[in-house]
Amino acid sequence: MSVSNHPTKTPSSGHTPIRRRHRSDLFQQALRLPIVIWQGLFFIAPLCFLVAMSFFIVRNYRMTEAFEMKNWFKMLSRDYFWDSYGLTIGLATLATLVVTTVAFPAAYTLAFRVSEATRRWAIFLLIIPFFTSYLVRIFSWYVILAESGVINAMLDYIELGPYVMLNTKFGTIIGYMTLTLPLVIILQTFSLANIDRRLVEAAHNLGCRPWRTIIRVVLPLAKTGFIIAAVFCFILSFGDFVSPYYLGGSKPPTLPILIVDTVKSGQQWPRAAVVAVVMMVTLFIVAFGGIAAAYRRRTA
Amino acid sequence: MKSDRVLKWFLYGYLALVLIFIFAPIIFSVIFSFNSDRFPTIPLGSFTLKWYETIWQDPDVWEAARTSLIVSFSVATIATLLGFATAYTDYRYRFKLKPLYLALILLPPTIPLIIMALAMLAWFAKIGLAGKVASIIIAHSVLTAPFAMAIIRLRLSQMDATLEAAAWNLGADQWRALRRVIVPFCRPAIVSSFCLTAAVSFDEFAIAWFISGLNKTIPVIILEIVTGNIDPQVNAIGSFVFLTSITLVVIAQVVLMTRDKKEKVNHG
Repeated sequence: MSVSNHPTKTPSSGHTPIRRRHRSDLFQQALRLPIVIWQGLFFIAPLCFLVAMSFFIVRNYRMTEAFEMKNWFKMLSRDYFWDSYGLTIGLATLATLVVTTVAFPAAYTLAFRVSEATRRWAIFLLIIPFFTSYLVRIFSWYVILAESGVINAMLDYIELGPYVMLNTKFGTIIGYMTLTLPLVIILQTFSLANIDRRLVEAAHNLGCRPWRTIIRVVLPLAKTGFIIAAVFCFILSFGDFVSPYYLGGSKPPTLPILIVDTVKSGQQWPRAAVVAVVMMVTLFIVAFGGIAAAYRRRTA
Repeated sequence: MKSDRVLKWFLYGYLALVLIFIFAPIIFSVIFSFNSDRFPTIPLGSFTLKWYETIWQDPDVWEAARTSLIVSFSVATIATLLGFATAYTDYRYRFKLKPLYLALILLPPTIPLIIMALAMLAWFAKIGLAGKVASIIIAHSVLTAPFAMAIIRLRLSQMDATLEAAAWNLGADQWRALRRVIVPFCRPAIVSSFCLTAAVSFDEFAIAWFISGLNKTIPVIILEIVTGNIDPQVNAIGSFVFLTSITLVVIAQVVLMTRDKKEKVNHG
């Protein structure tokens, strides 16, 4: 490296000579503090303000700072809010189950059945969609799934259909899968690839059949990674407004759609904040429940 | 053994299907962008460039493209700088409250975008930054700094810890050692974090939609067209967006991978 021909200024006694202490503190703080200030001002502060805003009131189309429970009572006493809540949880749970199940054989193949190089390439391919426009992909699905779209046109050749896929829960789940499947496959693959192969071989040698090996040996060993992948899947689906809106028809709306509608169609930011806080609390519980389950030691 | 071979091909086929599912929307979007039908389906209509011509002539799209480029370039710079400083801090120092420190940095991607969007909208209105390009840049940097931090931290963990100490002992002060030893070692990770954060920012629509005001980015334009009705223009803009972000991601990964190989050769 480029340090080798620097003139030696200080005798090489220790890593950080004492007389450098003061300057080194400046160095340390200069690297450590920017992110604290940045995230404090633009991440923690907005979230705290969001919680505070749920107690503000709107008078004559203007938001006034206050501390009233009005928004909370108004939102939580409405049936449509709880309908949306139930629907959002239900859809996100369904998506998590479907995605976890669909991802597993793919992750298993990548972890155990292909060469190192192929696995690298597959992960490479799976990372790409994560960084490409989700919105355009959903619009593309909209066209593919439409009543005269690609899938129904193909089904027509074998004299099937047309099936209604848009504005259904099926459409929403397809959208959620577009969002979460690559990530879940990647996380599952990593946790499977980290399993000690000798344990799997030992099970084989002891005469354990493949299916039983998967259920009794592979899955328990990969449990932590699988639960974390599922939690991510739940969080992403729970917070997404695009799929339930464009593919699911938004009748009834999910909570994210409720936020969008409340903000875009009026000045009711405080009510939207109530929805957002309820969502955050829910996700908090799910995430902590998931992590607790993931790291719980097996009692057997 | 025969059943094992059947299982193997079944699994390969399954994997191929999953990849087709994941890439179908991207591929169809590109195909449809050259297709003349207003409502594209199979069999395809004739080849056309009219959707590209439409967006090419649309001043709104140009304006949005300019905003998007400014935003993603600035975001990539800020996020990579923040990410680097944080990754280095985590790599080198131990201090009280470090778990809290790391949580503060790594948490943003776990908050749903729609909630961040609402919180940012209200907060920027409160502090007088509403509707400015700067507010999109700030919001996206918060969101992407964790990615930058993770990529650079991973690279630092591959570093030989004695290299930096050697630089100090040879008389380099800490800043010089950082600049001449740590930064060159992290260069592939820095390049790749720059590209990935730019790509995320270039595609992000929820926060941008809420807080951008009149300074629309490309994804916000797409969102507005999609909300109107079926318009194949979206496929044309979409293909352009895909091309941009896929290029960035491929650069990011190739930079990381080739460096890895080179080093393996050097060591072996």
